[in-house]
Amino acid sequence: MVEYLLCVVLLMIGVYCVAVKKNLIKIIIGLVIMEYAVNLFIVVVGYRMGGMDPIADPLTSAVYVDPLAQAFALAMIAVGLATTVTMAAIAMRLYDRYGTFDITKIRKLKG
Amino acid sequence: MNVLPIFILLPLGAGFIMLLSHRLGKRLPDFIANAAVFFLVLMAFSLYFFRTPGTVMIYKTGCLPVNIGVNLVLDGLSHLLLLTVNLVAFLITFYSVQYMEKYTKAEKYFSLLLLMIAGMNGVVLTGDLVSLFIFMELAAVSGCALVAFGTESEELEAAFKYLVMGSVASIFILFAFIMIYGLTGTTNMADVSQNLPGNAGHARILITLLLLMGFGTKSAIIPFHAWLPDAHPAAPAPISAMLSGVLIKALGIYALVRIFFNVLGMTPQLSNIFTTLGVISILAGVIMALGQWDFKRLLAYHSISQIGYVMLGLGLATPLGILGGLFHLFNHAIFKPLLFLAAGSVEYSTGTRQLKELGGLRRKMPVTANMSLAASLAISGIPPFNGFWSKLFIIIACIQAGKLWLAFAAVIGSILTLSSFMKIQKYVFFKELPARLHNVGESPWMMLSSMSVLALLCFVIGLFFPVVVSFLINPAVISVAGGISYGRLVLGGY
Repeated sequence: MVEYLLCVVLLMIGVYCVAVKKNLIKIIIGLVIMEYAVNLFIVVVGYRMGGMDPIADPLTSAVYVDPLAQAFALAMIAVGLATTVTMAAIAMRLYDRYGTFDITKIRKLKG
Repeated sequence: MNVLPIFILLPLGAGFIMLLSHRLGKRLPDFIANAAVFFLVLMAFSLYFFRTPGTVMIYKTGCLPVNIGVNLVLDGLSHLLLLTVNLVAFLITFYSVQYMEKYTKAEKYFSLLLLMIAGMNGVVLTGDLVSLFIFMELAAVSGCALVAFGTESEELEAAFKYLVMGSVASIFILFAFIMIYGLTGTTNMADVSQNLPGNAGHARILITLLLLMGFGTKSAIIPFHAWLPDAHPAAPAPISAMLSGVLIKALGIYALVRIFFNVLGMTPQLSNIFTTLGVISILAGVIMALGQWDFKRLLAYHSISQIGYVMLGLGLATPLGILGGLFHLFNHAIFKPLLFLAAGSVEYSTGTRQLKELGGLRRKMPVTANMSLAASLAISGIPPFNGFWSKLFIIIACIQAGKLWLAFAAVIGSILTLSSFMKIQKYVFFKELPARLHNVGESPWMMLSSMSVLALLCFVIGLFFPVVVSFLINPAVISVAGGISYGRLVLGGY
């Protein structure tokens, strides 16, 4: 149980970082922390107590960890990479325009 | 031979080929994009004659059994959304050909647009939670890149905001999906709906909250709407039309309905939450729209309000309410792109979208003015246009369900919508012409013809609404109202 709670704590650290920090790069890092929290959660959900790595061996009847969850984690790392790269590219262009990463100074929009 | 994967593979492939082949001819990207999306519309429409109503069409990957593999599933609801997405996408691609001449790198624009279409087709077709997430991210990230396409300060800022809020929402959704996976040991929607344990009380509440937050942000219902009024006006006009017209529906409303009705099962408490959020969105969206002076920003606030109607109808969870909600979803996908395209046409000719700087364009741009008038009448619910019938269904469904105050709020929202569109008509197309705009002309023919088709659809759907309802909407209502029997239908299909 405690490992699930730790994932949630890590997720909340990321949410705090995204919501409170004023620097574009720190916001991106906050999102990356959230992604890591979810990836960790995926792997923890797929873990079986005392499980071995999921390579099928017909000779033994050992407990395996869930391979599907690990495949999900890999896919999510790829998706997270795409999001992070897009965000970093936009942050770079914003820096070109405004000369700062401070979101309190990047305020042309109202809503 | 099963054609379902073509809806995802064709736009992906066309987007890829376009980047390789744009050096061969300047007009080649336009042609490839239009041909690909036109083919998809034809296929989506002709599938109505191949799928017997009440059954599902399944594409299995590999030779895995249907409850293990990642399937593509086409049922009534998916089919309605599939037709909507591809129809609107085709008209918008056609419009973009001349609109995008102002921008450079048209091939990148069309490539991203096709990626977005592939993502949305994937979302509405997939029968698996994790691949739904991946297609959702594909559509959202390419949509965000398109919002930032002009790379002006406002566009970049709006795109960053959109991407941050969208990614937080996606992470919540993924968290909920993984909790579902932990509870049931599968991510196949049909299998989940049959295997979700009844005693998963607390976990279920957490999953519901996370999914409501996540998909609420994607569909911009009111407490989660902050990104929409920035992101939608900042994008180029065809992309605004695409985002407002179909993206928030395919990623938000469709996924919400599919998961809450067909996978987790609808409860009375959830129904109350849906209707309350819907009513708050209707009223708050339209009140915020009244104070706007930016043409596209005003339209963006109306998207929030109209999505509120869809949520209200669906939240009632009666057959008539679902019918009204889905019919309004379809209608909104016709008239909201038309309004954004008209705003884009005005911006294309005059170079501004501030209502106070415009005026008297009815004489200079008669076609745009008439199209925008038709869409304004449709969105404010004036008969015989299509918006009238769907709003009427929703209001009657509210009264039937004994919730008079919901019906009252829906009527108030409709009146306020009418007043804010009278403001647009007055400030943009009537009034006298400012001296600065004396030599503006009408937009090019491709933009006008794609707007005309949408306006014609508004009118024709309004006149022949019984045909549209029985042919397009009713199959979708059956598959939504069927609840978690969706799982039995899919698993029993093979």
